[in-house]
This record gives sequence, structure tokens and C-alpha cells, in this order.
Amino acid sequence: MSVLTFTERGIHCPAGDFFIDPWAPVDRALVTHGHSDHARPGHRRYLATATAAPVIRHRLGGITLETVRYGETRRIGDAAVSFHPAGHVPGSAQIRVEVGGEVWVVSGDYKLEDDGLSEPFEPVRAHAFVSECTFGLPVFAWRPQAEVFAEINAWWAANAAAGRVTLLGAYSLGKAQRLLAGVDRSIGPILTHGAVEATCAVMRAQGIALPATVPVTPETDLKAYPGALVLAPPSALGAPWARRFGAAATGFASGWMALRGVRRRRAADRGFVLSDHADWAGLNAAIRNTGANRVFVTHGYTAVFRRWLAEQGHDAEIVQTAFEGESLDRAEDEA
Amino acid sequence: MKRFAALFTALDRTTKTTAKVDALAAYFADAPEADRLWTVALLSGRRPRRAVTTMRLREWAAERAGLPLWLFEECYPVVGDLAETIALVLPPATGTSAASLSNWMAEIAALAQAGEPARKARILAAWDALDGTERFLFNKLITGGFRVGVSQKLMTRALARATGIGEAELAHRLMGDWTPATTTWRALIVAPDPAAALSRPYPFYLAYQIEDGPEALGDPSGWHAEYKWDGIRGQVIVRGGEHFVWSRGEELMTDRFPELAQARDFLPEGTVIDGEILGWAGDAPLPFAALQKRITRKTVPKRLLAEAPVVLCAYDLLEDAGRDIRQAPLAARRARLEALLAALPADAPLRLSPLLPFDDWAALAETRKTARGAGAEGVMLKRAAAPYLAGRKKGDWWKWKLDPLTVDAVMVYAQAGHGRRATLYTDFTFAVWDGAALVPFTKAYSGLTDAEFREITRWVRHNTLQRFGPVRQVRPEHVFEIAFEGIQKSPRHKSGIALRFPRMARWRKDKPVAEANTLDDLKALLGRYG
Repeated sequence: MSVLTFTERGIHCPAGDFFIDPWAPVDRALVTHGHSDHARPGHRRYLATATAAPVIRHRLGGITLETVRYGETRRIGDAAVSFHPAGHVPGSAQIRVEVGGEVWVVSGDYKLEDDGLSEPFEPVRAHAFVSECTFGLPVFAWRPQAEVFAEINAWWAANAAAGRVTLLGAYSLGKAQRLLAGVDRSIGPILTHGAVEATCAVMRAQGIALPATVPVTPETDLKAYPGALVLAPPSALGAPWARRFGAAATGFASGWMALRGVRRRRAADRGFVLSDHADWAGLNAAIRNTGANRVFVTHGYTAVFRRWLAEQGHDAEIVQTAFEGESLDRAEDEA
Repeated sequence: MKRFAALFTALDRTTKTTAKVDALAAYFADAPEADRLWTVALLSGRRPRRAVTTMRLREWAAERAGLPLWLFEECYPVVGDLAETIALVLPPATGTSAASLSNWMAEIAALAQAGEPARKARILAAWDALDGTERFLFNKLITGGFRVGVSQKLMTRALARATGIGEAELAHRLMGDWTPATTTWRALIVAPDPAAALSRPYPFYLAYQIEDGPEALGDPSGWHAEYKWDGIRGQVIVRGGEHFVWSRGEELMTDRFPELAQARDFLPEGTVIDGEILGWAGDAPLPFAALQKRITRKTVPKRLLAEAPVVLCAYDLLEDAGRDIRQAPLAARRARLEALLAALPADAPLRLSPLLPFDDWAALAETRKTARGAGAEGVMLKRAAAPYLAGRKKGDWWKWKLDPLTVDAVMVYAQAGHGRRATLYTDFTFAVWDGAALVPFTKAYSGLTDAEFREITRWVRHNTLQRFGPVRQVRPEHVFEIAFEGIQKSPRHKSGIALRFPRMARWRKDKPVAEANTLDDLKALLGRYG
């Protein structure tokens, strides 16, 4: 029997009778990280890393959640299970499942570059690897994050000098904290939208060091924060909420900003190419480093990526899942 | 190229016209003259011809990137732009280039002349010396596809600010068929040579559409009305014993319309007429489709000349006896035009666009209803006391088009757009009922809001029945109101009809598919208006 099977409710392990990131209610769910397409409500029991747990609890409310340390092996039925850093967001994991000496790894979402905040991606040897491929085309090649942050800092500083607020759109879990930790704080104060602040507060409470921020409320006197950087979910940028900042300079940070067409369609001044997913080279390196011959590709450019992997000598298949990754649809809707 | 790339980035990043004009004016003030000239040329659509086939370019880019060609081809529709796809898949440059825009334009002209092995080597060398945006621009320039979101008007405004020369004067100096190879910055902009001006047309004056009736224009007696003809806006110039025919897109079309050579016989030296080039038979214009056959041909075979002869339907006189009379009131220019054309034989290829008499706006509204029958698409209103302005300016010229014809049709195929719309489904095929079958009859690309395009894109992704390459056959579930300006018989189309300017007027979410129009409805429209 296969170590993992792909069912209508999600990725299932028959030997341990558990699911990984299931999208329909199950008895036992192993969850790679807190993004809503991976951590869904309605399961009876959850298992996640200790670092990921607070955000998952915050998002899903009163769930039964057990935590595990990175690298710690748990026996579930006849399966040996361990979680390994995926580098996607703080606490995010790849899940390794071993049954009868055969090892399968489910990547969840991942990136290879150390963002300075998430636990850096750890290669795990496997016979079979289930990989996302959100950016699985060779047109996606990220530059080192230091270069992107230099661009963001220069833009922020120029806006501050011109007396304008800098409004930067980013997912409230992961990207917002990465930006917070990465920008040059000497440029000015950093303000946050409520959704971003809530996640920051959860992370601070669990001991993750994040710079001080000022949550924006109706009472906030914005004049007291000249040259501020405001971090908000992408959807807030086009909403009435953003009007309080006047003629602010607006930007988005997303892997999709690599495409000029997407960049120009956004009603924003600037697009910064910064993703928490692996680029083309990263996906290929990660797969190579697992040593896996069998590769299952999920959300992203699956058909193209599968054919490419097959040509590289892999036994590659497409798996339909309900995962979205850094979805362009969602990025569009939130514009 | 670095300075030009920085200019391009600044222009591409903003949608604010003031920011664009600022960036351009700064560039025109201090870039080298040869680069300024090239920039003016590129921004006014004077692009170099394609220097290499796109097939070779794809192959070389895939090879250089170490990718199979199929994978490169899969990337192209996602990115939506070939030049950008190439720029993105290539490995990072290993060197840099200090060469200027004009140096690179010379290199592009040279490599276009080179044999294929040398051409390939030079292109690979260029890719290796240029960074992201520079590389993208180089690719745009060698594929002849360079475009940037800056209107001629904005560029002229920036040029005026940088040089201190008036906008109208600059707009005139920039007209015509110059290229950076045939002129210099000085000769074109700073101190124009009058001899070079022989063929130069005047900037066209363009009308605005009247949104709610013409009553707001005030006293009807101050206005001229004519039919709004559906042809090619053109200027016929007789100077120095020669004649020149220009399109509004500043394309020299003299050879395309040999009929108009007779202008030399009938018109005095130093005459410039503005009008509409129309296919013509007897006393009435031919449908636009007849003219369309002529547009695509650089030289015209005899058969086509007989089948679709053209005339210039003249409505304005810009130069009279060598004198620029654009500042004279329309009524005076029109009087001179009528005098010039009065002597012409009835079968001359120059005709006066008749004035439509009217005493009040209600009477003109009645006349407007006759436009379609007269082969026109509405009426034009021009202020009798107004000078001839340059470009699209509100106030003196108005077009009052007929309401478009409409049908309700079912979306049956969808295809992703290009460029800005590459990740959206924006190009759709629509069908009407023929009994129980849906017959495709038109495509349409425009008319929806960005939000509606996003919504339909999501729907298309989840409701695809079949794929044919980039085209998806979708569930016939959505009805759209298709608006169009005209309808004609067309043996080339399965439905037997072709529409003029089809677009999506409305997404009829309220309308069940079964209530969409039928092929018989279309045939009835064809009978009435075709």
C-alpha cells in the first residue's frame, strides 16, 4: 500500500489514518502552517509545530491542537511522522511520513531563501516528494531579498522625504512580518492595519522578535507619524480604510509582481518581487535535494512542471488539491 | 541604454500624466541629442523594423537559458509578451554596457543586415551585457514591438517644456515621414529646414463624442453639421508639383490610393485638404469592408481599383495658396474649400462633404436618424467660428454617433489576453441560436471593467469544457449584450456575417441563455442595415 494516497478530503496516510492539510473535516489533521488554504476549521484533532500553533489557534478558535518540535518523531498507527522547517512562514513545516522503511515528504508551501524570520528550509531525503509549484515556470527567478529590501527602503525613504505616507500591501500572515523584520527602521515609524497587527501580536506573545508597530485605529493621530510605512493586507489598499492616509504612495510585495502585466494592472505605484514560495530554481533544487524519484506536483503550473520533471527523469504526477499558494486570483481580488 | 531604461521605468511605473511629463522633460533637457531624437521617434511610433524573426529569437533564448523550446513556449502566454518572456528566462547578464540608446539603435540596424550566424552572436552578446529592463527594451526594439503608455500629446508637452518651443509648433514639426536616419535633433526640433517640410502634414484636429444630446452647445446657428463618415481620416497635400496622402496615423498612403493623384490636376499649388477617404460607388459610400481590402495593400491591383474605388470626401481646407489658414474661422475655410472644389468634374475623386441644413437641434436629431441609410455613422458638429486646432481638444468639434446596434449573445470560447491582460481571459467568442445549435458569429475583447474581467476569468477557469491550444471552450452559460456599428455579409465567416467594432456593452446576468438572440435576428439586421 502507498505511504500516502490522494483522496477527496485531502492527502491521507492509510497506515496512520491521518490527513495532511485536509480541506474537508477529518478525525486527525496534520497541518503544515496557518494559511487558510492549509489550516481549515472542522477537524477533530490537529497536530502542528509549536511555532505554528499560536497562529493556527488564533485563526481557528477553540480547536484541539497538539504540538510537535521540528525533527521530533511521532508514531501514529504504523507511520513514523516528523515535521521539518519549510522556510515559508514562522513555524511552517514539511511533513515526513515513514512507513515500513519508505519515506514520503509533503512540502506544504516552501521557499529556500532564509528570510531571517522563519526557520530556514531543511532538505529532507525521501523516496517520494509532494511539492507545490506555485511559481513553477522558469520566468520566476527571485533576486536575493537584500536587493529587494534595498529597493523598498529607497522607495520608503523617498516617500518620507516627499512628506507622503508609504502604504505597502502584503499578506497578513508571513509576508507582513517578513517586511517588518527586513525594512530599515531608521527611516520612520511603522504602522499596521488591524489584520496585520493581530498576527504580529500573536507572534510577539510566543516570543518571536518583531519591531515595534503602531496599530492604526480611528483615534490614531496620523500627523504624529510623519513618513510612516503602513503595512496592510492587499485588500485594504483599495478600500475606504486607505483614504485616511491621503495621497499615499502605494505598493505590493508579491512574487506575481515579477510580471509586468500583473504589475501594471494593479492600482499601485510600485510592485516588489518578494515571495514566500520557491522560484523555479528553488523548486528544482529542493526536489533534487530530496533524492526522490517520485514527485507529485500540486498547486501551481502543474502540467508544465510535471512534464519538465518527467524529462529530467522523475516519475512525476499531478495531484489535484484545494491549495492555492500565493494565488493570482486572490492577489487580484485583494487589489 | 541605461538612461533610456530609467526613463522607461519611470514612465511605466506611473499612470499620472504629470509624473510622465516630468520624467520626459528631464530626459529631453539633458540626454545626448541623438538619444533624444531616437526617443521622440520611438514615442511617436517610428519603430525600427523587426531585425530577426520571432521564431529564431525564441529558439536562441531557450537555448541560451538551457530550456527545451516547449517550456519556453509555455511561459510565453503566462507572461503575455515575448520580449519580456525572453528577458525573464535568460540567465543574469555577466557584463554591462555603457552604450547609449542611439548606439544600440545603430547596433540593431547593423545586426538586421548581418548574416544569421553573426546576427545570433550579436544578439547573444547583447543579452549578456544588458540587465532586466535594458534587456526587455532591447528585445522590444529588435522585434519591432516597442510601445509605451505615452501619448504623442504628452510627449509634445514635455518637449515644449524642455525646449521652450510652443506645443502646436512642435506638433507640426514632428509630423511626416522623418526617421532618425534622415534628420537630426537640430534639423527636426530646433531649426527646421523649410525644404524638408514639402510633404509634411498638419496635425489632425480630432473630435470628442457628445454624450447627452447637443442642446448644451447653445445656438444651433453657430454650428455646421455634416455626416460622420466611416472611412480613413486623411490629408491630401499638393505642394511642389507633387501630391501626398497622409493617414491620421501619419502613414504616407500616396501609393495606396492612386485615384487621388488627380488632385494634382485639379488643385492649385499649396493646397492641403482634410477629409475622409471612402470607398465609393456612384453616389454613395461603400461599406467599410470594401475600403479595408485597400488598406492592407501597398500597391493596388487593377481589379481591386475597379471593385473598390476611393474618393476623398473633403471637409476642411488647411492650406490655401501655400498659406497656413488654420487660424481662420471654419466658415471662411469652408467657403474657400467649396470654391476650390466647385470647378471639379462630377466624377473627380474629390467630393465635398455636404453640409446638413438644420434650424434647431430637434431637426438635426431627425437627420441623424438617416445617417445609417446614407452610409454614415452619425453626424459631426463643428463650430463655424472656430480655428482648426491640433489634436483632440474639447469644444469646437463634436461627433454625435448613432447608438450602436446590439444583440444578446452567448459566450462560447475564451482566450487569455496579451500584455497587461495576459493573466486574464479577455478575448471571447460569442454565438447566437440557430435552432438548437449555437453558431459563433463574432469576437469581442473590450467593454468590461477590470473587476468583471477578473470575475469572468475565475469562472472560465472552472467551467472549461475543452481546450484547443490557448483557446478554451466554456459552458454556454453567460449572455452578453454585444454592441456594434455595422453589419455586413461575409462569406469568410461561418455565420455568414461580419460586424464592425463589436464590443461587450453589458454582461446580461439577468438573461437566461435560451433568451439570447438568433441567427434569424442577425439576418434581419443584415437586411435592414447591411
